[in-house]
Amino acid sequence: MSSPIWLTIAGMAVVTYALRASFLLLPASVQTPPLLKRALRFVPAAVLTAIWAPELLLQNQVLYVSLENERLLAGMVAIAVAWRWRLTSATIAAGLIALHFFDWLI
Amino acid sequence: MVASGIAPLAAMLMSVIVFAGASMVASAQLLAQGTPAALIILATLFINLRFMMYSASLRLHFARLPLRWRLLIAYLQADNVYGLTLARFAEHPQDGEKLEFFLGAAIPIWLAWQGAVLAGILIGAGVPASWRLDFAAPLAFIAMTVPFLRDRAMIAAALAAGLTVVAANGLPLRLNLLLAALAGIGAGLAAEKKAA
Repeated sequence: MSSPIWLTIAGMAVVTYALRASFLLLPASVQTPPLLKRALRFVPAAVLTAIWAPELLLQNQVLYVSLENERLLAGMVAIAVAWRWRLTSATIAAGLIALHFFDWLI
Repeated sequence: MVASGIAPLAAMLMSVIVFAGASMVASAQLLAQGTPAALIILATLFINLRFMMYSASLRLHFARLPLRWRLLIAYLQADNVYGLTLARFAEHPQDGEKLEFFLGAAIPIWLAWQGAVLAGILIGAGVPASWRLDFAAPLAFIAMTVPFLRDRAMIAAALAAGLTVVAANGLPLRLNLLLAALAGIGAGLAAEKKAA
C-alpha cells in the first residue's frame, strides 16, 4: 500500500469536516445577518432540487426532454404523489412502478 | 470504488472518516487516473462546498447546543439527513426536540450508508441493474423537496436551481450544483421581494 492514498483520504476528511463544521462552530452570540437568514431559507429547496433534476432531465449529460424519457415521466408521477400525499415511501414506490411502466410502454 | 482500484480497507476508511458519497466516487475516479493528492483534495473541497451552506442553515437551529453536540452534528451532515431535518423543522417550527430528531434521522442513515458501502466492498453489485433501484435515490430527494414548495418564492428557488444545474451541467467538479444553489437562493429572494 503506497502512502499517498492515506494522505489523500486524510486531506479529504479534513476539508470535508471543516466545511461541515464551519458555521456550526461559531459561538451562539454571533447573530446571523437578516439577509443571510432569508437566503438560507431557500437552501433546502434549491440544493435538493439540484440533486435530483439532472437524473430526470439529462441523458448521457445532454438535455433530454421528450415523451420518450421515462425517467422524466416517472419523476413527474413521483412529484404528483409527493405533492398529494407527502409520503416518502409512496413517492419512491410510485416513481419506481411508473419508471417500469413507461419503460414497458415506450 | 474498489472496482476502480482502491484497496477495500482504504475504501471503508474513506467512507467512515470522509462520509460524503459524491466526493468519494469522484476521488475514486481521480485516483484511478493517477491524479495527485492535492488536486483530489481540492476537488473534494469544491464538491462538498454545499455542506458549508448546510452548516450555516443548521446553525439557525443548533447554535445554542454545547460544542460536543455541534461537532457531532457537523460530522453527521448528509444531503438526505439535511433534507429530512429541515423539512421537519419547517413543518414543526416550535418542536422542542430538534437534536433528537436530527440524531434519529442521521444515525440510522449513517449506519445504513456504512453497511451499504461494506456490502458493496464485500459482494460488489448484487442487485440486477434491470431493477433500476438506482432511481430510488432521486425519488427520495423528490419526496424531501416537495414539502418545501409551499409558496411562490420556494417554487421559484427550486425551478431556478433545477434549470441552472442542468444548464451548467458541463462544469467540472459538480460546480453546477453550487451555481444552482446560488441561482435558487437568488430567485427565491427576488420572488419574495416582489411578493412583499
